[in-house]
Amino acid sequence: MGSRSSHAAVIPDVDSIRRETGFSQASLLRLHHRFRALDRNKKGYLSRMDLQQIGALAVNPLGDRIIESFFPNGSQRVDFPGFVRVLAHFRPVEDEDTDQDPKKPEPLNSRRNKLHYAFQLYDLDRDGKISRHEMLQVLRLMVGVQVTEEQLENIADRTVQEADEDGDGAVSFLEFTKSLEKMDVEQKMSIRILK
Amino acid sequence: MEGAELAGKILSTWLTLVLGFILLPSVFGVSLGISEIYMKILVKTLEWATIRIEKGTPKESTLKNSASVGIIQRDESPMEKGLSGLRGRDFELSDVFYFSKKGLEAIVEDEVTQRFSSEELVSWNLLTRTNVNFHYISLRLTMVWVLGVIVRYCVLLPLRVTLAFIGISLLVIGTTLVGQLPDSSLKNWLSELVHLTCCRICVRALSGTIHYHNKQHRPQKGGICVANHTSPIDVLILTTDGCYAMVGQVHGGLMGIIQRAMVKACPHVWFERSEMKDRHLVTKRLKEHIADKKKLPILIFPEGTCINNTSVMMFKKGSFEIGGTIHPVAIKYNPQFGDAFWNSSKYNMVSYLLRMMTSWAIVCDVWYMPPMTREDGEDAVQFANRVKSAIATQGGLTELPWDGGLKRAKVKDTFKEEQQKNYSKMIAGNGSLN
Repeated sequence: MGSRSSHAAVIPDVDSIRRETGFSQASLLRLHHRFRALDRNKKGYLSRMDLQQIGALAVNPLGDRIIESFFPNGSQRVDFPGFVRVLAHFRPVEDEDTDQDPKKPEPLNSRRNKLHYAFQLYDLDRDGKISRHEMLQVLRLMVGVQVTEEQLENIADRTVQEADEDGDGAVSFLEFTKSLEKMDVEQKMSIRILK
Repeated sequence: MEGAELAGKILSTWLTLVLGFILLPSVFGVSLGISEIYMKILVKTLEWATIRIEKGTPKESTLKNSASVGIIQRDESPMEKGLSGLRGRDFELSDVFYFSKKGLEAIVEDEVTQRFSSEELVSWNLLTRTNVNFHYISLRLTMVWVLGVIVRYCVLLPLRVTLAFIGISLLVIGTTLVGQLPDSSLKNWLSELVHLTCCRICVRALSGTIHYHNKQHRPQKGGICVANHTSPIDVLILTTDGCYAMVGQVHGGLMGIIQRAMVKACPHVWFERSEMKDRHLVTKRLKEHIADKKKLPILIFPEGTCINNTSVMMFKKGSFEIGGTIHPVAIKYNPQFGDAFWNSSKYNMVSYLLRMMTSWAIVCDVWYMPPMTREDGEDAVQFANRVKSAIATQGGLTELPWDGGLKRAKVKDTFKEEQQKNYSKMIAGNGSLN
């Protein structure tokens, strides 16, 4: 009869996903609906190509890096839990999250985890440090062919120097966090899903 | 024996009724008012259902405007504001926040992908297929829904299938017969009659209620008619009110039979698959067609694919390079009574037609618009955009610059370069670098 009911029963392990990501049932339903809409061939998972089909993402200068963030550890597919896990980083911080039980793992949308997501966009080889070379490459992604190599190197040098505290020529996650301590990360890296 | 006789009697009474009430009036283009009564009852029932649902749901879940607003809260400020800076600021590590947020927003919801799935309704219309957000409200509502299912599947569906069958057979037979005649004004008149009658029958097979506006601007001979595309039914809707020459590929199977029959009675422009790739050939044939002022206006859908009737996507410039007068037409369906959008990746043609025939009705508005021609100094792309804006405004649809072909293909790199240019201007444009 063609009824597209995305009821909670259809999402496998919905409770564990809810606990892990903090999304409400309604939001998870919406995201599941979206996941299935993006999964054009009904494979049950998303490939890089499925994400590249999104027009607004393909024109984003950091589109490739963002797509890459969905495929950690060299995998070629992302299933629904993996999909939601990345999106959970952008969940707005609500009051209930702040007074957490210290024994529970940190929620995915904490300030630290949001910063870590941004850090990963720079850290191409995932070694925990942003080298000058990696900075240069990401900058090149963002500006395309519009800026000369020399100008870009200047920018990269300046940025790494400003953030680098222990003088190893690279920016570690701690240094990254420190240089952005005044930034309102929670607000800038949040997407609110309407009920 | 008695059983067979009884069945035979029922069948013959059934057919006589159908003939009397539906087929004959179609020939003369007259309406007996049965569909109007049906629509009135339907509207009253749906209004009642909406009130019941609103009473039943708790106050917090406001589903109003869910169709138009989208599922995430968007911050539409331009790149400069989003990067929290004035022009000429230097690169910051935090710039990546803006792009990643925009990127993730696009992943959760983007303008284009949502146009290729059916529009969500603000209130339920008693069809199972639209029951995504609505839960059990009351016994009475469920009873009405069950009644609706019975009416749609047991009464309306057989009727509609009969009509569709009759309509298509008449079309094929009629056009083949008319095709035997030598070319003359009698032939043209007869072929128009056959086309119009069969289209009216087919529209009734879908319980279609169509309102035509501005009939004085109906496309004339020797012109090109251009409309937004939602489903193959668009063709039926337009040909009920006038005859057009259609353009398209030759198909096999049932469609092929219909195409070959139709072209005998009046000159449509059918292309072989190989010929479609040769754009010059296509343009040449279409030019020849409109140069002959006695030939019917050509019907073209410049979007190239079915969109879900909430927006109009990029018009391909090919149709606007032929020259001649363009007659724009805007078609807007009312989703409350039945969703006409054909999601070709989700449903094939047969299941689509079945869904159409088990909806309440197909209700739509057709606006004919004053003719437009290409102005001096305007190239085909600008002309196409002008026509597109006119159609979008008239039909109350949003306008998108994206190509409908994005359904299947990737976006061009030139759009990304624009964003990169914008960003570069911000961090390096002023030359104030040290």
